[in-house]
Amino acid sequence: MNKMDVTRTASRVFKEKYGNFINGEFVEPLTGKYFDNVSPVNGQVICQIARSDERDVEAALDAAHAAKAAWGKSSQSERGIILNKIAQVMEDNIELLAEADTWDNGKPIRETMAADLPLAIDHFRYFGGVVRAQEGSIAQIDNDTVAYHFNEPLGVVAQIIPWNFPLLMATWKLAPALAAGNCVVIKPAEQTPASIMILMELIQDILPKGVLNVVQGFGLEAGKPLASSKRVAKVAFTGETTTGRLIMQYASENLIPVTMELGGKSPNIFFEDVCSKDDDFFDKAIEGFVMFALNQGEVCTCPSRALIQESIYDEFMERALKRVAEIVQGDPLDPNTMIGAQCSSEQLEKILSYIEIGKQEGAEILAGGAQPALSDDIKDGYYVQPTVFKGHNKMRVFQEEIFGPVVSVTTFKTEEEALEIANDTLYGLGAGVWSRDANICYRFGRAIEAGRVWTNCYHAYPAHAAFGGYKQSGFGRENHLKMLEHYQQTKNMLVSYSPQKLGFF
Amino acid sequence: MNDKVTATGAALEFINEIKADHGEIMFHQSGGCCDGSSPMCYPVGDFKLGDGDIKLGEIGGAEFYIGGAQYEVWKHTNLIIDVVPGRGGMFSLDNGREKRFLTRSEICEI
Repeated sequence: MNKMDVTRTASRVFKEKYGNFINGEFVEPLTGKYFDNVSPVNGQVICQIARSDERDVEAALDAAHAAKAAWGKSSQSERGIILNKIAQVMEDNIELLAEADTWDNGKPIRETMAADLPLAIDHFRYFGGVVRAQEGSIAQIDNDTVAYHFNEPLGVVAQIIPWNFPLLMATWKLAPALAAGNCVVIKPAEQTPASIMILMELIQDILPKGVLNVVQGFGLEAGKPLASSKRVAKVAFTGETTTGRLIMQYASENLIPVTMELGGKSPNIFFEDVCSKDDDFFDKAIEGFVMFALNQGEVCTCPSRALIQESIYDEFMERALKRVAEIVQGDPLDPNTMIGAQCSSEQLEKILSYIEIGKQEGAEILAGGAQPALSDDIKDGYYVQPTVFKGHNKMRVFQEEIFGPVVSVTTFKTEEEALEIANDTLYGLGAGVWSRDANICYRFGRAIEAGRVWTNCYHAYPAHAAFGGYKQSGFGRENHLKMLEHYQQTKNMLVSYSPQKLGFF
Repeated sequence: MNDKVTATGAALEFINEIKADHGEIMFHQSGGCCDGSSPMCYPVGDFKLGDGDIKLGEIGGAEFYIGGAQYEVWKHTNLIIDVVPGRGGMFSLDNGREKRFLTRSEICEI
């Protein structure tokens, strides 16, 4: 990648402060309060963000409810055109948005430019297109009776998004909700609140007022009133299990649906035949192993458990550890950097605490295991070395999501053992299967209890492939045409075309 | 004494600060992505406990729970609740106080 013209200060990218985006306008929070938004790149404040409370949430809900009738009746093609316009504006401003996301989150500019933003742009285009291809159905019940099924929007939906892919996770939730004709109140994570405000500035005039509203602030003060509001028809949440339960509890009080994406502990399984030739495929499999370091491991589907067939362990790991050692860690704004900063100081603390647990459990450190020494300008950022543990599947470092660049490696002898280890987890979001044998791939793909089984690939997120969890990883899906139904009601019109009475009365 | 959960001095002090503002509180150990592994702290009665939740003990007079399935895979560790600088925590009462609870762990006999 050529060196991008990135600034060494965030001040070129961000304004000094951002309020909320409500009813198509940028407004001060009713609280009058702001908080400092710190960049994980260097631990410095990059801007101030509105610290809203339930009054701001109510104002956003007022705007969304005022907009919902007209937006819900707009045609699919009208909404599709608008989503495509959003995508185009993002594409035209990709460097600005990528740099904003990197400052906000700490991830390398290489990834925001090559993954986060291109995926987000494509996502808006996908849902802008696929909503026009969605069809209801007509069923003939008997000769004179027809059941029509229409897809109708839910109305006003609440979305609470995580901090690991600020713009992409916002897009995953916004694009289908808007395509389906809903109005949205979205609460960004307080760790990464800024890049979405730059996006709102760019698309302010594209959407009708009130269709999309952004309320900033802390989870307790702004997120909770939104998630528990009686004025929303659905809550979509990505996060952890206890908050997931709490949001479901609120939803049960309001009798509304929820979708939950709550993380994983994804197995990445390498069968012995990956090493049968030293070719492109073997090289690809090694990259598949190193994918644990993508986005600093802050991915719900991080391949954080590597299961390697015992017969190839030495050969595979020699190559894999060499590749891990080649990961360039440093300034996220340097286009050569491959792994950047963890998103927050507390995330850094948590990852270090897990490295400590792994050591106590007797797991062997094969790589990393500490913070790197970095240059003075970023020494106050939140960095962890890519870390490889070797141990067994009952260890905490194999059983709980660390959400950092940490992979725990173990071995298996037989297919049965591989499957047992793979499924011996509370979670079931992602998995990886690597083999040259199509039959093994197919059987494992079907037998693994996870919503997404990458087969001879990993960490690909095309818009047209359903994503979501089994077991404690949650329920509901994101991406794919199917996702639209999570933002729609089914209207059935049951019509009799017979003039004859039933004859009961 | 083999407590499944204990708190550092800083955590006990922080618990008292939060109680002063919110009254009686309880904890539920989270898992999963993002803020997963955080000890979430709520006013008593706000988070509905289920039959499957396991009480690990009390810290600073606050009951501390974990989901049953999670307990099974965490039970070889004792939890030590500490405080670090930070602001996350979702709907937890430590959210927005510029410090938050962190779960540390030590290996124990099952």
